[in-house]
Amino acid sequence: MKVKFDYKLVVMSRLSRFCGALTLAALLLFHGGQMNAQDSTAAQGGGGPAAATPAAAAGGGGDVAKGKELFENNCKTCHNVTAEALVGPGLAGVRQRTPGDAWLQKWIKNSSALIATGDAYAVKIFNQFNKTQMTSFTNLSDGDIKSILDYIDSESAPKAAAVPGTPAPAGGGNVATTAASSGPSELFTFVLVALLVVMLLVLGVLLVIVTILSKAVAPQTGDALVGTQTTPLVQRIRNGLVGTVNNSTVRTVAIWLFLFVATKMSIDGLYSIGIQQGYAPKQPIAYSHKLHAGQYKIDCNYCHTGVNKGKSAHIPSANICMNCHGVIKKESPEIQKIYAAIEQNKPIEWIRVHNLPDLAYFNHSQHVNVGNVQCQTCHGEIQKMEVVEQRSSLTMGWCIDCHRKTEVNTKDNAYYDKLVALHRKETKEPLKVANIGGLECSKCHY
Amino acid sequence: MEQVTKRYWKGVEELRNDATYVKNAQSEFAEPSGSDLQSLIDGTNAPRRDFLKTLGFGMAAVSLAACEAPVRKAIPYLNKPEGTFPTISDYYASTFTDGGDHASIIVETREGRPIKIEGNPLSSLSRGGTTARVQASLLSLYDNEKLKGPKRGETDIDWATADKEIISQLSTIAARGGAIRIVSSTIASPSTKAVIADFVAKYPSARHIVYDANSASGIIQANQASFGKAVVPSYDFSKAKTIVSIGADFLGTWVAPLDHAKPYAKTRKIGAVGGGNKEMSRHYQFETILSMTGANADYRGTYKPSQEGLVVANLYNKVAAKLGGTAVNVSPVTVQYLDKAAADLIASRGAAVVVSGSNDPNVQILVNALNSLLGSYSSTINLNVPVNYRQGNDQQMNAFIDELKGGRVQAVMFYMANPVYDHPRGAEIADALPKVGLSLSFGDRADETGSLVKYMTPAPHFLECWNDTEPKAGFYSLTQPAITHIFKTRQMQSSLLTWAGKSNDFQEYVRSYWRTNLFPKATGFTTFDEFWIKSLHDGVFEPASATVAAGGATFAGNVAAASTGISQRYKPTTGIEVALYEKVGMGTGSQANNPWIQEFPDPVSKACWDNYAAVSQKTATDLGVEQNETLKIEVAGKSVELPVLVQPGQADQTVAIAIGYGRSKSGKCANGVGQNAYPLASVIGGTVSMAAVNAAVSKAGGRHEIAQTQTHETVMGRRAVLQEGILARYKKNPKEGRYEPKVETSEGAVTPTDITLWHGYGKPNHSWGMVIDLNSCIGCGACVVGCISENNTPTVGRDEVLARREMHWMRIDRYYSSDADFESMGAIEGYRALEVASANPEVTFQPMLCQHCSNAPCETVCPVLATTHSTEGLNQMTYNRCIGTRYCANNCPYKVRRFNWFKYHDEDKFDYQFNNDLGKMVINPDVTVRARGVIEKCSFCVQRIQEGKLTAKKERRRPLPDEIQSACAQACPTDAIIFGDMNNPESTISKVLSTELNERAFHVLEEINVRPQIAYLTKIRNKEEGPKQETTQETHA
Repeated sequence: MKVKFDYKLVVMSRLSRFCGALTLAALLLFHGGQMNAQDSTAAQGGGGPAAATPAAAAGGGGDVAKGKELFENNCKTCHNVTAEALVGPGLAGVRQRTPGDAWLQKWIKNSSALIATGDAYAVKIFNQFNKTQMTSFTNLSDGDIKSILDYIDSESAPKAAAVPGTPAPAGGGNVATTAASSGPSELFTFVLVALLVVMLLVLGVLLVIVTILSKAVAPQTGDALVGTQTTPLVQRIRNGLVGTVNNSTVRTVAIWLFLFVATKMSIDGLYSIGIQQGYAPKQPIAYSHKLHAGQYKIDCNYCHTGVNKGKSAHIPSANICMNCHGVIKKESPEIQKIYAAIEQNKPIEWIRVHNLPDLAYFNHSQHVNVGNVQCQTCHGEIQKMEVVEQRSSLTMGWCIDCHRKTEVNTKDNAYYDKLVALHRKETKEPLKVANIGGLECSKCHY
Repeated sequence: MEQVTKRYWKGVEELRNDATYVKNAQSEFAEPSGSDLQSLIDGTNAPRRDFLKTLGFGMAAVSLAACEAPVRKAIPYLNKPEGTFPTISDYYASTFTDGGDHASIIVETREGRPIKIEGNPLSSLSRGGTTARVQASLLSLYDNEKLKGPKRGETDIDWATADKEIISQLSTIAARGGAIRIVSSTIASPSTKAVIADFVAKYPSARHIVYDANSASGIIQANQASFGKAVVPSYDFSKAKTIVSIGADFLGTWVAPLDHAKPYAKTRKIGAVGGGNKEMSRHYQFETILSMTGANADYRGTYKPSQEGLVVANLYNKVAAKLGGTAVNVSPVTVQYLDKAAADLIASRGAAVVVSGSNDPNVQILVNALNSLLGSYSSTINLNVPVNYRQGNDQQMNAFIDELKGGRVQAVMFYMANPVYDHPRGAEIADALPKVGLSLSFGDRADETGSLVKYMTPAPHFLECWNDTEPKAGFYSLTQPAITHIFKTRQMQSSLLTWAGKSNDFQEYVRSYWRTNLFPKATGFTTFDEFWIKSLHDGVFEPASATVAAGGATFAGNVAAASTGISQRYKPTTGIEVALYEKVGMGTGSQANNPWIQEFPDPVSKACWDNYAAVSQKTATDLGVEQNETLKIEVAGKSVELPVLVQPGQADQTVAIAIGYGRSKSGKCANGVGQNAYPLASVIGGTVSMAAVNAAVSKAGGRHEIAQTQTHETVMGRRAVLQEGILARYKKNPKEGRYEPKVETSEGAVTPTDITLWHGYGKPNHSWGMVIDLNSCIGCGACVVGCISENNTPTVGRDEVLARREMHWMRIDRYYSSDADFESMGAIEGYRALEVASANPEVTFQPMLCQHCSNAPCETVCPVLATTHSTEGLNQMTYNRCIGTRYCANNCPYKVRRFNWFKYHDEDKFDYQFNNDLGKMVINPDVTVRARGVIEKCSFCVQRIQEGKLTAKKERRRPLPDEIQSACAQACPTDAIIFGDMNNPESTISKVLSTELNERAFHVLEEINVRPQIAYLTKIRNKEEGPKQETTQETHA
């Protein structure tokens, strides 16, 4: 399958974004302060599924916190804390519906043994979930299991609506994008546009005033100027315009202005060549990050196994999909494509969304593992994307900009101790990537 | 294909079948009229308008092309192997094998394809070092001209058919007792030998014939005669105080150069790199050619091949006279420094070693007698632990060729052997081969021998194989595949096992061999699996029991008989003699189709892509020839025509020709490059002699340009470039040979570093630097090929080398000394004389690469800031910013910047490795393949620095001292290159520099104050202080 990058779409979206910007600019006139607040939320929007999880709610104390940790390390891949089923059943109210804690302890430690005893509830659950064997967790103590259950209880207990922003409606995507990617520079643009609008309004008002005034003045000019007097305003404006056009100074200024604008536009146009921001090709399998990362909150690391290890984050191999889809939604036509790939021994050919030129070296582990940068910082709100889209421009300017602004994650990393100490001696400013050679050519080009 | 009944015309012309149409039908684009286009491209006659038109079109085309964003695929594994991660290297221990040459290696693989070979530091033989050939062997894996599967004649067949036919023929032959012969070069693998034994058990009329293209058969015979042991002993140069080599290039090509390098270098390291040592071994070399080993010698003498035996015998007599041996009766011979060598040998009795490259058993018996007198057999030479690198038996091979000619061989198989090409009697084999009933070759291509056999059953490259090796008795090394089979090839061992009617799983065979034979020797393992996994991981198995001290050898050879043989064979001649030699890079020619090898400049002559007739200046003058004029060399009716290369240091009245060239059926890289010199060798007294004493040499009248990467021979006395001294004076003053320039200012003379225009760069974090010890650099060039392999350096070919456009980031400058007496000659004559190398020069090797100057002259002239400085002391080169003005290359005082004149990776003209899909697999994915029109240069392996730092960061620690190594430093077999962080006081480089900065360390061209990050340690020769040396020293000032 060949998917071409549709430029019209981009232009369209840019246009609509511009319209959105205009509207926003108008709003801004009255709600400037609010915009700032929104901006800062957008900047923090890089929480990722983990960050988006509501902070451990109400009560529970130490046990709940421990339970949360245990849950996330052991259970989360297959179970939700809500009632929604994932690979296994959703766990909300699990204490209430099962025979009790003792039963659950047995089940979690070795479910197949429990099934083998012929326990009615165990057999029922086993059959209900397509006879999928649950992993045995012999390493969990009874106390651990209790903590986990406490945590589940605390999660399912009613609480204040701390759920992260509901997904934007389909149409509103563009506005959301603008907000998400807006930095101070775009804010500046808004202000400029707003000023422009104000000036246009002022101009209009002035014109009206001039017309009224000239009408008021006209009758007093006497009879000698009857011809002129009777000349309608439109005619006079036309004459004035002709005069202006014939004025060589005005012409020169106009030509220079035109040249300036044309050059600027050409240069901007040339700079945008090869930038594929917004690129969202159709993939061979309609995989939804919104569903997996957003709704089910599967950790990015679970599939992108290389993100902490090496240069590539890794597109997951089919066997990783099969960890869950060996059981779940086997009949879906999209998932059948994975089965087909495995049967035919033909790897799935995804369309690469983020393309860096070969001359630039980028390493995921440097940023994610060492720098503790969230996935969303570069990839946008991936947990909300039905189809993955390139949110950042991936230009060198974009890289450099971030290297200038970002503080080095020096915490608990002995590599940086010496650099931090040296930096402290010189200045009180925080240590930015740029301060430790993050702008040097050979950091990315070799 | 679907049946097409309709026909469509491209236009009426096609329907009418116009003459013009027919003419142009095949060419998609019209030919440009005349030479307009060419002149436009050349710029010879391009009117300005045309130029602007082209430029305009080009701009438009580029912007249009750029708009089209290509759709790129991201294809993950279907089922990712656990523990393997894309973009993260895996390393496997294995063993390099090429004929009898072996080296324990570590193979770096990326996504299942090997991309780099390193030495295995766990091996006590190579000790982590490599050679140029080992490094380059990686590229042979991706040779697209190898056979893709078995063949019968010209027909492709499948393995089942091949097996069926071959087994049936073998059975028939064996049933009637017909002779079956397996001809191979040295096999050092115990498992493979067991396979051959299994095969022989099944077909009892089979015999295994072993020969080596560059034979050491004479040594084995001599040891049989002298000690009753038909072996090549192991040599330990580290224990030697006096080393005398008579024609043995033991650091370059003789027996096991890689094993000799580090122990030899140990005796040459002084000062901080030698652990404070102030003593060096003294190395005498007597030889015909100027070999790489000879270039490292302290004292060197030359002889003609017809004197070789006499030199050994005379040296023996001189030593025997003092040490109580029986003198032999041979005619005296005068060779410079022979008396001195004898005196030193006697003085260092018990710590001396004499080696000879001769393949004449009589000569080797005398060498044994000499070593025996010197007590070498209980110190430097170990007969108890022989090496298995050379097991060829010339007599056996001769007998086989006679047998073959006599039609007495019914079946013959060739494994790692190409005798039609590389045996002096190759032509006879070629004639006889077609008459043999069943002939087959396991070679990877239809080479000179393979093209004459009936079946080709190709064996894969060693990186695709299972195997084991015992390079030295009791020292084992495993070979494991680093990639699945690229083509439908099968290991020779599996083939033989199949034909012997056994299971052809050779992996299991090796395993069970190790279980039965080696596991009992291992200690500390409870199960075999544990032992096996450990051995696979380490790559080597060297049980403590294998280390046996030297000693217990009593010489029982017949010295008198040997000397009689010598007297008969070595008689004075008046004519020109021919000496054949093996090149450090090319070797015997088995890897000839490897572009890295072909373009690897010979350490001494600096010539690549050719062999040539090397003669001394005097002989060239006598013959009336100049460099590049062709000579016709005729020996016993066989002749070659080769261009002349004037080689200082070569014996007068001799012509030296390298073997390994002149392949006709190796592939597009090797075919037609040079001439085959093997036919000029001869079999004398049963052993192959690599010399011809009765050659007719005449001027042929032709001309053939030899591509040399360095044509200037001397350093012109510039001590700012090269600083050297002698040991006797070094002991008194560690600054011996140092040249410390001063710059005159109004305040008097100051050191150049004291005055500067620049502010300099801070290096707060790391300061990457290098120290190169000129004393232990033997010039072997492993670093050069290691660099090519690591940094995706393109191969440019002979024509481009001639145009001075070679791309190697690292070169080894070789300088000869000059006899010029500057003082008495005056400036003009003096400088002219300085250009001329001595007849027997002292040689210095100086590895030269980007010096990463802190005040880099290249950086200040770049108009686009494509080359800049980093805070870690690196001079960075940004290819994507470079516009190719080449100002930087002009302004570089070290001339280490290279310009990409062509799109080497895609241009048809450079059909070497980069422009086919298979060859591209060798590319290191961490290093950009440079485009046309940009400058490139050594980056200090910044990709390794970045990776090393990242590993440290991920583990939340500082990089360990010496954790990060550049490719050249890692490849070096003598540790002459030390790379590291000069800001880390624990690193080797900091420790070395802390003392040497005030002693031997110098920067090249210190007076221009560019402050390089690379320091060199002065070359110190173990020479005596004498009036002669004094004057030589002065002329260098």
